[in-house]
Order: sequence, then structure tokens, then C-alpha cells
Amino acid sequence: MSQTPPKLEWRDVAIRLSDRPVLQDLTLSVAPGRSLVIIGGSGQGKSVTIKLALGLMTPDAGQVLVDGVDTTGAVGAARRALFRRFGMLFQGAALFDSLTVWENVAFRLLNADGVPRRLAREQAVEALAKVRLGAEVAALYPGDLSGGMQKRVGLARAIIAAPEIIIFDEPTTGLDPITADAVNDLIVEQVRGLGCTAISITHDLASARKIGDDIAMLHGGRIVWSGPVSALDRSENPYVEQFIAGRADGPITAAL
Amino acid sequence: MNPIRAVGRATLDIFRTIGQVALFAGQGVFSALSPPWFARQLARQIMAIGYLSLPEVGLTAVFTGAALALNIYTGGGRFNAEQIMPQIVALGITRELGPVLAALMLAGRVSAAIAAELGAMRATEQIDAMKTLSTDPFRYLVGPRLLAGVLTLPLLTAVADVIGIAGGWLVATRTLAFNPSLYLRNTADFLTGWDVESGLIKAAVFGFIVTLMGCYHGYNATGGARGVGRATTLAVVSAAILIFLCDYLLTTWFSRA
Repeated sequence: MSQTPPKLEWRDVAIRLSDRPVLQDLTLSVAPGRSLVIIGGSGQGKSVTIKLALGLMTPDAGQVLVDGVDTTGAVGAARRALFRRFGMLFQGAALFDSLTVWENVAFRLLNADGVPRRLAREQAVEALAKVRLGAEVAALYPGDLSGGMQKRVGLARAIIAAPEIIIFDEPTTGLDPITADAVNDLIVEQVRGLGCTAISITHDLASARKIGDDIAMLHGGRIVWSGPVSALDRSENPYVEQFIAGRADGPITAAL
Repeated sequence: MNPIRAVGRATLDIFRTIGQVALFAGQGVFSALSPPWFARQLARQIMAIGYLSLPEVGLTAVFTGAALALNIYTGGGRFNAEQIMPQIVALGITRELGPVLAALMLAGRVSAAIAAELGAMRATEQIDAMKTLSTDPFRYLVGPRLLAGVLTLPLLTAVADVIGIAGGWLVATRTLAFNPSLYLRNTADFLTGWDVESGLIKAAVFGFIVTLMGCYHGYNATGGARGVGRATTLAVVSAAILIFLCDYLLTTWFSRA
């Protein structure tokens, strides 16, 4: 019997930016239906890792595989077809300022799928309801919303087309603890509801524990530890222990 | 650094930039002219670039036409040629000042706005977000802006031509005692279709330049707020220089044709 390939896999990936190695022989995978959280300090390549997965950047070496298929060199229509399988919540939500909230949420439906505006608006309002935002928000512009509401709109935009894989880039950064916890709850609810695979990057450990099934720690361009969330506190890995304790002294140097 | 090496590096940088702009322009033209088209986006840009620029272009044209009339009247008076003022004003406005001034107003207003908007979208990951939503940002953001620039600047120039000539007519009839109907008849009899058409062709080229420079510098902006500011400045300056360069080249070409 053949083994199910990982939903998403980085295989021996390396990339240099501005002549500096950012990722070196990065190998990491996430199984279908699992939620993987990548933790690590600032400047360790977490954002680059997810941009490589999405095809927004191309590695110097190695492969990115989706369902066991190499997607590293996909461009044009092949890349757009891959994008349809992904949902993405950006760190600052990355909402389009000139469009209303519902046009943001329904952007893919309107511009890539050719869904009529009335139907797209109905679906956008339904998606907003899933993230606890009322229909009255639909006609507002992103600039009228708080940071937490913008994140929720970004989440609605990520889930509206029921993607197979959702990526969350620092989903709770810049939010107060209560709003952050509410966003975490929504992420867990929507990921489980869709039955999709999730990859998150964060340095918020409370968020990581809540939304992740598995955790991987990135340092120096490599994965230095990975395992289930339940094993995080007994990892016996000096990098993980320093990161959890939030100490300045240890193998990780502060990004000053 | 060795001065020869510095000159070589600067030369290579110039050619690299020209190549990048040419590739960007080619991709932009392809995006503008091939499906999928984003009609709503095009309509929005026509409104922003064309309709909302009418007040600036109109005011510039009326004052330029009026000042031109006074200058030509004064200069013409030195060899008793004041009466050809209506014809020279019309020629100057339609062939040269209408398209060039409308384009310069758009360079300041539209190039800067496009560069700032696209630069901010780049800085806040909105362009990446658009890609992940299966929408080509080049087709959505660049194509409609280029098309809107090429379509609207000739229309703005036509308006500027009319208002500029009207500015000259106002000064001539109110302060220089020209006969109102004779002024208009002289203008209409003198102007040829080519005088107007050549100005409108120039305007279409300038419309492309204005939007191309805004899109190129904004789309490729790096370095956060500082990068957006630099992109805005470069967009306006490069658009203005290219407008003057292309104006000279087109005028030379038209005069030989």
C-alpha cells in the first residue's frame, strides 16, 4: 500500500537574499489535515519559508512539493491553479484599501472565478459571518476597521474559496491578548470546519499552542526541532527552551 | 574607485534600467490588450486619471492661452504682425502646449499618485496578496492604468485645446480690441486637421509615458515608506523628462512627414 505523501513539503530548500543565506537545506513537511506552526526568532526566515511554499519566491536549491508533486518551477496558469488550493492570511491582513470589505473578501470570486457581483457579495457576507462580522461591515473600507477586524476580514478572504491549505503569517501580531485569543479560536474553528491543512508562523507561543498540532522551530536557516505541541515543554532542545523561557542568554542571539 | 570602472558601471546601470523599463512596458501593453480585462478597474482609472484631472488641465490651459496671446501680440507688434496672433495661439496650443502642459499636469498628479499607491501596495504585501488570490497584479493594476492614460490624455488635450484657444480669445477680445467673431473665424480657417491630430497623437504617447512611469516606479518600490517616497519622486521626474524628449522626437518626425 502506498503511503500518503505530505500535503506540503520543503525538501532541501536553500535560498540566499542580498548575499546572505536565509534558509539552508530546510526540510520540513506537514501531513494532510494537520496544523503545523513554525516558530523562531525575528529574521530567521519564517516569512521566506511560507513565501517559498506559495511560490512568491523561488529557492536557489531544493524543492517545494504539494501532495508529492514538485511545484518549484510552476509559473503562469500552473501557478494560478496552485494558488486556488491555498488561502493566505497576511501579517498586516494586506486588504486592498481601495475596495470595500466585501469586495476584498470576494476578490478571488470576482476577479479569478468570474462569479457575478450579487452572488459574490452574498458569499462574502456568509464568509464574514463565519468570522463573527455582521453584514453591516461589508460596505465599509479596510481603513474604517480596527486591527482585529482587519485580521478577521483577512481570514474570511482566506477561507471563502474553501482552500486545501491555509497559511497564517503572524496571525496575532499587533493584537491585544483577548482579541488575539479570539482570532486563534476563529482560526482553529475554521481550519477544523474546512478540514484543511494549516501552516502558521508566529513567535507568539500562546497562539502556537492553541492553533498547532505540530511545531517546528526554525533557527539559522534550518529546522532545529520539530514535534507535536504536547512535546514542546519537554523538548530538551536548548533553542526551544531558550525561546520558551524568553531568555536573552543562550544559543539564540537577540535580533538587535 | 577607478574612474573608468565607475563610468562603465554607470553606463551598465543606465542600459539595465532602460531594458527593465522596456520589458515592463512590453508586459504592460500585452496585459492591457489581451484578456482577461478588468472593465471596472479600467473605468475607475479613466475616472481617476481623466475626469478628475479636468480642473487642473482646464485652468492650466486657460491661463496659458491668455498669456500666450499677450506675448504673441507684444512680440508681433515689433514688426506690425499683431493680427496673426489668433493663428499663432491656435497653432501653439494644439500642436505643442495643449498636449505638453496636459501631460505635465498629469505627470505631477497621476504619476505621483500611481507610484505612491502601487508602492504602498507593495510595502503592505497587497501585491503578493493579489497573486495568492489567483489574480495577476500586472493585469489588474498596470494594464488598466496604461490603457486609461492612453485613452484619456488625448481627450484631456482636446479639452485643453478648446479652453486654451478660448483663453487667448478672451484676452484678445476684452483687452486688445479684437473682433470676437473675426478672431474665431481666423482661427478656424487657419487650423488644419493635422494641427489638432498631431497634438492628440502626442497626447496618447504622453499618456502612456505618464502612467508607465507611475506604474514602473511604484510596482518596483522597495524599502517601505522611504522607498515609496523615492518611487513617487522618480515617477514624476522621469515622466517629465521623457515627455520633453518624446515631444522633441515626435515634433521632428511630424515636421519631416
